[in-house]
Amino acid sequence: MSTVTTAPAPAKTSAAPAHPPGHEPVHNYLLEPGPGPDVKGFARVWPTVKAWATTVDHKRIGVMYLFTVSVFFAIAGCAALLVRAELMNPDMDFLTADEYNRMFTLHGVMMVFLFIVPSIPASLGNFALPIMLGAKDVAFPKLNLMSYYIFLAGASLAVYAILSGGIDTGWTFYTPYSDTTNTAVLPMTMAVFVAGFASILTGINFIVTIHKMRAPGLTWNRLPLFIWALYAVSIVQVLATPVIGITMVLLAMERLVGIGIFDPALGGDPVLFQHFFWFYSHPAVYIMILPAFGVISELMGTFSRQRVFGYRAIALSSVAIAMLGFLVWGHHMFVSGQSPLSSIVFSVITFLIGVPSGIKILNWVATMYKGSVWLTAAMLYSLAFIFLFTIGGLTGIMVGALAVDIHLHDTYFVVAHFHYVMMGGTVFAMIGALFYWWPKMFGRMMSETWGRISAGVTFFGFNMTFFTQFILGSQGMPRRYFTYLPEYHDLHQVSTVGSWFLGLGLLMVLFNMIWSLFKGKPAPGNPWGAATLEWTHTTSPPDHHNFHRTPLVTHGPYDYDVLFSGDGYGGDGAGTPAPVPNPEVGGPQEMGKSVDLGLSQPKPKHD
Amino acid sequence: MAVHPAPITFDDPHGGHGHGDGAGHPPHLKHYFVSSEQQFDASKLGMWLFLVTEILLFGGMFVAYGIYRSMYPELFTEASTQLDTVMGAVNTAVLLLSSLTVAWSIRAIQLGNKKLCFWLLVATVALAGMFMVVKYFEYTHKFDLGIFPGEEMVYAEGTTFTLPGLGEENFGPAVDEHAAEGDDHHYVPGDHGLTNQRAGLFFSIYYMMTGIHGLHVLIGMIAIGILAVKTWRGKYSAEWYTPIENVGLYWHVVDVIWIFLFPLMYLI
Amino acid sequence: MEREGSFWLPPQSSTTAHEIDALFYFIIIVSVIIQIGVTYYMVKYAWKYRRRSHADRPVDVHPNKWLEISWVVIPSLLVFVVFFWGFKAFVSAGIAPDNAYQIHVTGKKWLWEFEYPNGTTSVEDLYVPVGEPIELIMTSTDVLHSFFVPEFRVKHDAIPNRYTTVWFEVKEEGTYQVLCTEYCGTAHSEMYAYVHAVDRGTFNEWLRTGGGNDNLPLNELGASLYDKAGCQTCHSVDGVSGTGPTWQGLWQAARPGSEEGVADANYIRTSIVNPNAYITEGYEGIMPAYPNLTDRDINGLIAYIREINGDWTAADSAAAAAPADSLAAPADSLATPDAEPAE
Repeated sequence: MSTVTTAPAPAKTSAAPAHPPGHEPVHNYLLEPGPGPDVKGFARVWPTVKAWATTVDHKRIGVMYLFTVSVFFAIAGCAALLVRAELMNPDMDFLTADEYNRMFTLHGVMMVFLFIVPSIPASLGNFALPIMLGAKDVAFPKLNLMSYYIFLAGASLAVYAILSGGIDTGWTFYTPYSDTTNTAVLPMTMAVFVAGFASILTGINFIVTIHKMRAPGLTWNRLPLFIWALYAVSIVQVLATPVIGITMVLLAMERLVGIGIFDPALGGDPVLFQHFFWFYSHPAVYIMILPAFGVISELMGTFSRQRVFGYRAIALSSVAIAMLGFLVWGHHMFVSGQSPLSSIVFSVITFLIGVPSGIKILNWVATMYKGSVWLTAAMLYSLAFIFLFTIGGLTGIMVGALAVDIHLHDTYFVVAHFHYVMMGGTVFAMIGALFYWWPKMFGRMMSETWGRISAGVTFFGFNMTFFTQFILGSQGMPRRYFTYLPEYHDLHQVSTVGSWFLGLGLLMVLFNMIWSLFKGKPAPGNPWGAATLEWTHTTSPPDHHNFHRTPLVTHGPYDYDVLFSGDGYGGDGAGTPAPVPNPEVGGPQEMGKSVDLGLSQPKPKHD
Repeated sequence: MAVHPAPITFDDPHGGHGHGDGAGHPPHLKHYFVSSEQQFDASKLGMWLFLVTEILLFGGMFVAYGIYRSMYPELFTEASTQLDTVMGAVNTAVLLLSSLTVAWSIRAIQLGNKKLCFWLLVATVALAGMFMVVKYFEYTHKFDLGIFPGEEMVYAEGTTFTLPGLGEENFGPAVDEHAAEGDDHHYVPGDHGLTNQRAGLFFSIYYMMTGIHGLHVLIGMIAIGILAVKTWRGKYSAEWYTPIENVGLYWHVVDVIWIFLFPLMYLI
Repeated sequence: MEREGSFWLPPQSSTTAHEIDALFYFIIIVSVIIQIGVTYYMVKYAWKYRRRSHADRPVDVHPNKWLEISWVVIPSLLVFVVFFWGFKAFVSAGIAPDNAYQIHVTGKKWLWEFEYPNGTTSVEDLYVPVGEPIELIMTSTDVLHSFFVPEFRVKHDAIPNRYTTVWFEVKEEGTYQVLCTEYCGTAHSEMYAYVHAVDRGTFNEWLRTGGGNDNLPLNELGASLYDKAGCQTCHSVDGVSGTGPTWQGLWQAARPGSEEGVADANYIRTSIVNPNAYITEGYEGIMPAYPNLTDRDINGLIAYIREINGDWTAADSAAAAAPADSLAAPADSLATPDAEPAE
């Protein structure tokens, strides 16, 4: 860890003004550039829409991504609630079998390709990454906007596929079923192909930005762990996504002209499709979970006001997971007809990948040791993440064990396992991250009280929904079942009721967000007392170009003592400690009270 | 550890949404980069990463090729006799030559010779066009013979099928329509001598790989064409020629992929 | 007899189940210990070091190298124990003994067919001798299916154009549920089958009588085939429309486009032998052919359809059962006089 140095430029000795010179929030990225104040009423709408639609500002693109993926999360979430409702009773005729099959496929495809894969990297990553690096933007801002529109195009294709009758293959598109079903497989494969392009472009942009655009003094050892995680994710995106692309093209050609590569009726090999599919889709699991690891590292550090324990181990284990993640795809196929030898090799590597994940969990817990733990809503989500992800990881060991997987494969045990990782992991981390970065994104605080209540409800509902599914699965309940044997009835009912609590908790989060945009308290520059650049060197919300001067980084991302050392932050070029560091920041009693610490900004003017 | 040449950077008091504001910045330098060097490095790294994705895209198909070749070696030996080695070799030479011209054009612009650069880019497009023309003749010849991918493959009547996906609809026409019209220079669909019922599989792989490669050649032609026009208009100079450099890299990768395709498909 | 399962797992009814279960419980126990440890320290630290005032300052903690090394090494050792254990059990669950009794299994939408070495076939009911190793050689005629018996802890995909195997040895006589665990479409969740483990004598007798159907009256044979051959997956007998048309009211119902214009014996026979010959309006032609059904089986199904439509009497039963030559009679012989077209 670095030592604290003073700013190279002389610090101003006068008392900190309410708005440091050059940091009056006139250039608030949410409002500027846009129509001038003389334009009023509906006349503002079109220029504002145009300004957003053509923006190359990474912050706005991040916000647009956040909005878009949230819409798909909501749609796919509703599909999940319908699926659960159908499973309330074995003879429920709420949906027909075919509707049910379309519904769980819709849930899977949307959640995976349109929500989780772009969720944290494309929304929060796009917003935070350049600021955390001390850059004005990503390396290719136009490409960034293009990737958003490509994503929209892919998403539109997916919506078209659903409207034109849906698709009933499951999100895995296994051949030969996907060759023969008469549902809209073609537009859906194209949707995945196109959305994959967006993912690749985002990945390339992030890697180049992290390599080439770091602020002076921001060495690899001082990179925030969120950046490390995004770096690992981007590598996976760049290396794995082309393979799902070509797989989807081959599947589409299979449907269009019958090329037969995966069709046993023409001499093709359906197991090859599974290899191709999982070669992407297993690394994709790490695309989904690694950003969550990064988020949790940030949250645990900031809210424990303590250096993240084992910084290097966490940073490198992210990269190790990304690399090993490419070598384990076969563990999805232990009973699918691949050779036993490959199964054994894949199992070994799968276990190797469990170790770095375990290290992270222990490091996060150790971070709280002798810290000053502030139990905000974001921190509660973060602790919930650790609890749930530990269960998800440990059950991963069970399904990774060759013999046990024979019994558990394609049962509800697997369903519960990956929901503990994807939902209990990524989604909980993302909500935590939203509570954390929301003030920075929109300049408003979300309600802490309701945030904490929602954390409790979501956590309870989640466990009620999915823990029961572990037992269902190990008792032999197969997945993707429209109806089931009577002995599974009770647990299915518990699970369905749990899903309502889960939905309720998520709705509370949604209302909290919308409420805060209109009624939330204005956020100070650094409400949580964090030590990374987006908090210490920018206003909330940030200026149009983040920094007025390229910051000079003189300390590690979790050196909170620097915040209290009086002379502040190292220089930002002119020695202006922009948003003024204040030891009062982050005290629990500030929450819920509007104490002007000299950090907060006037309410953004909407006139 | 990255080296940042300019720790203290230009002031940008207006939030800087103009480009190239502030004196002393070359017009091509985007405001969010600190220096031309940083911008150039970033573009090039981005391009390399993109090329990695291209390699992986084709990698998937090469893996499919490898797996099916090891499963049905006799199929590959038999079916590849239908490919015209001479045409393939001509195309290989054409593409290699185009790689040379594009590399030379980068050298030319580095030395500030915009006119030479322009003509070399035009030559590259022309060579790429030649490649596509040869491909066109190869494809149409196969279509005439009824060599189509997968279930569309046409066989001579009487071929025995055991695969459920093949049937009578895969037999060629019993009556030679062309002969009736007195046309001597024609081919009869199914008259290719192949009896292996998985031949469609081989040609699926052939058409997919060469087709997607051809698509890349087309995209390259468009990109190089645009570069040529821009060079003619003097957009590039010895100081800034990043797009030419990057498209050149792309073109080399397209070339390299063909270098692998040619022997795998035509020769062995 | 009552087979008792546990909270987590169904009963262990095959000889290999206990190995898999032992590893399952080992991981569960270790996991619970780890989970409790992580949760305990997480809650403890979050509470003990909670921020009491905004002036709280953390104590500088120096990284402890030995602590970090220990939590790399200990989990690594644990996962390798789990791997080797899983590997060992995988091998014993994967390799069938040489003397295993082989049965061919075919998965199709949405039923399982079983073919025994002597040519006897059955659908949905797999009879096996208890206490002997059984090897199933599986394939599929359409899409992927997966053969899963929870109580045996066996599962493997059935793949078109390829053979895959599972083996098991049942410990106790009884009936065991078979489920399909590879998603295969509309009736995936009803692609049930049953393993009947019986003693060797009963098994031999069952095998000799071709599945025990030879002595049944036609209508009862049809009723049993309705379940066993998988008809009930798509066709109801109570008027509810499923993937296929219901059988209630089918007998003599108008079927435009068919030879006689009504659903008579010939129509039904054709529909079973060549399902795509006539497609009832409003349904898709997705029914598979049933080449394994004998003439007697088809006659039985026709009799059953007549029975549920109230067109089968005890006299018909007696007539059908009495002459031995009627067993393989063509379907026409079963057509009642009023089966002639009305016009």
